[in-house]
Amino acid sequence: MKILAIDTSNHPLAIALVEDGKLLATTTYNMVKNHSIYVMPTIDQLMKQVHWEPSDLDRVVVAQGPGSYTGVRIAVTTAKVLADTLNCELVGVSSLAVLAANVPPTSQATIVPFFDARRGNVYAGGYHWQDGRLVQRFADTHVAMTDLVEQLKDQQQPFLMVGELTKKINQHFDGQFPANIQLLPANYALPSAYQLAMLGAVEKAVTDIDGFVPHYLLLTEAEVEWKKQHPNAPHRNYVQEV
Amino acid sequence: MTESTLILAFESSCDETSVAVIKDGAEILSNIVATQIASHQRFGGVVPEVASRHHIEQITKCTDEALAQAGVSYEQLDAVAVTYGPGLVGSLLVGVTAAKTIAWAHQLPLVPVNHMTGHLYAARFVGAFKYPQLALLVSGGHTELVYMVEEHEYQIIGETRDDAAGEAYDKIGRVMGVNYPAGKTVDEWAAKGQDTFHFPRAMEKEANFDFSFSGLKSAFINTVHNAHQRGEKLNKYDLAASFQQSVVDVLAEKTVRALHRYPAEQFILAGGVAANHGLRKRLNHDLAKEFPDLVTLQAPLKYCGDNAAMIGAAGTVNYLYGDRDGWDLNAVPGLSFPRMNPVTE
Repeated sequence: MKILAIDTSNHPLAIALVEDGKLLATTTYNMVKNHSIYVMPTIDQLMKQVHWEPSDLDRVVVAQGPGSYTGVRIAVTTAKVLADTLNCELVGVSSLAVLAANVPPTSQATIVPFFDARRGNVYAGGYHWQDGRLVQRFADTHVAMTDLVEQLKDQQQPFLMVGELTKKINQHFDGQFPANIQLLPANYALPSAYQLAMLGAVEKAVTDIDGFVPHYLLLTEAEVEWKKQHPNAPHRNYVQEV
Repeated sequence: MTESTLILAFESSCDETSVAVIKDGAEILSNIVATQIASHQRFGGVVPEVASRHHIEQITKCTDEALAQAGVSYEQLDAVAVTYGPGLVGSLLVGVTAAKTIAWAHQLPLVPVNHMTGHLYAARFVGAFKYPQLALLVSGGHTELVYMVEEHEYQIIGETRDDAAGEAYDKIGRVMGVNYPAGKTVDEWAAKGQDTFHFPRAMEKEANFDFSFSGLKSAFINTVHNAHQRGEKLNKYDLAASFQQSVVDVLAEKTVRALHRYPAEQFILAGGVAANHGLRKRLNHDLAKEFPDLVTLQAPLKYCGDNAAMIGAAGTVNYLYGDRDGWDLNAVPGLSFPRMNPVTE
C-alpha cells in the first residue's frame, strides 16, 4: 500500500511517502511561516524522487487536528481533495497522537502530547501503547496548562508529556512539573510523518469524504456567543446550494 | 479558437463556495454555489473563521457536482482556475488549496484569477467584450472604476478610500433592522420612498474618480440615532431612498466623468451591488443621454454575487494569455489591480 502522510497542524510541516510500512521519503520543515506555499511543492518533489505518479497513491493519511485552524485546514483540504479526486482512501489521525507516537512502544507510561493553544491553554490528549498499537486513554481536549498538570498530579501514575513548552505557555505556567510527570526533551516534540503514516495504515478508511473536516475541538467564539443567546435553537444546515 | 477550452474554476473568497465548468470562456456548463448567508446572518455579518470552516465542508461536494453536472471528466479539462485574492485569507486558502491539489493530481495548468476580474467577466455572459473598456465594480468588499485599454490589461482609475458601497448598505441596513446582506431590501425600500434627507455626496466634486462612503454612513446613522433620541420615528422608505440616492449619485456622476476622460467602446457594470435596481436604472439613463453610442454590458443578476462561473470566464482569458502559477501559489487577501498613475481629469 502506497501512503502519502501530511501534517501541517502546527508550526512544523511533515510529509512522508510510505510503502508497505517502509519509509521511502520524508521531509520536515520547521521554519515555514506559510504552509500553503510549501505543502504542494514538497509533495510534488517527494513524489518525483520516488517516481510515483499521483494516481499511484492508495491512501492519504492526514493529521486532522487539533492545532492551528488554518494549518489543519491546509492539510485536511489537500488530503480530502486528493482522496476525492484520485478516488483513493482517506484516513484522519489525531495530530496529538502523532506526537505521542514519538514515544517508543516499549513505554508503559501514559503519554500526554500537547500543543500551545494560546492564552495559557493547550490541546492535549492521553495515549498509551498496547500490543504495539497506540490507544487513547483520555480524549483530546482544550485545557489550561496549569489545570492539566494539576489533574495529572492527582493521579497515582507516571505521565510522559510530549510537546514544546513555548514562551506563550510559560507566561501562564511556571514550568514546574510534579514528580509523576516527566517532560520529554524538545527533540521529541516534532511530528513525524512516518509515524503518522504508520498510525493511519492500520485505521479504517473514511467512508464520507465530503463530511471529513478538521477536529478543531473548539467552536468559533462567534458561535459560542450565539449559542449562549439562543440555547434552544434547533440544529440546522446553514449552508445552501443556490 | 478552433478547439474548445474547458476550465474548472474555484471561488471561495468570502462566504460562497463555488465550483464551475466553463467552455470557451462564455458557456456555463455548470456553476455550483453553496452559500453561507444563513450561517453568517446569525452574527449580522461574515465571521471569517466560520466561513473557512464552511468552505472545507463544501469543497469536494461542490467539485464533484460541478463536474457531474457539466458531464466533464478530469481528462477533458484544459486547466484549473482559482480566485487567489482579494478576499478573506482563510476562505481563499480552501479554494486555492483545492485547486492546486486537483491541478497537481491531474497534471493540469494552474491559472490564478483576481476575484475582481471575475466580477468583470460576469458581464461576459451577456456579450463579447470590446476595448477600450471602462468597468464599475461594486460589491460588499470593493468599489472601483477599472479602465482596460485592451484585453487582459487592468488599471484602477478610481476606488473607495474607506467603505465599499455594499459594506455601507450592510451597515445602514443593520441600523434599520435589516440583516446582512442588506442591499436587496434597502433597494426595495428605496423604490417606495423619496430622497427627503439629502445625505452628503462625498467627494462628488473632487477632481478624481475616488469614492468615500463612510461619511454618508455616519450621517445616516446619526440621523437615525438623533430621531430615536427624540422619540421620533423616521420613514424607512425615505431613509432608504435618501441613502441610495446619495450612493447612486456619486457612482453615476464619477462614472460619467471617467468616461469623458477615458473614452470607452464599452461600459461594464458588475459586482454584488450591480444587482441594485436603482443603480442600474440611473446608469442606463445617464449613459444613454451622455454617450448614446456606448455599449453597456451589465452582469446578469444571477452572476452579480460571488460565483465560480465568472472566475472560469476570466480564467479562460488568463489561460489563453499564458498566466500560470506553481504549486506554491498562495492566497493574496489584499490583491488589487495596479492603479493608473497619475489619474487626472
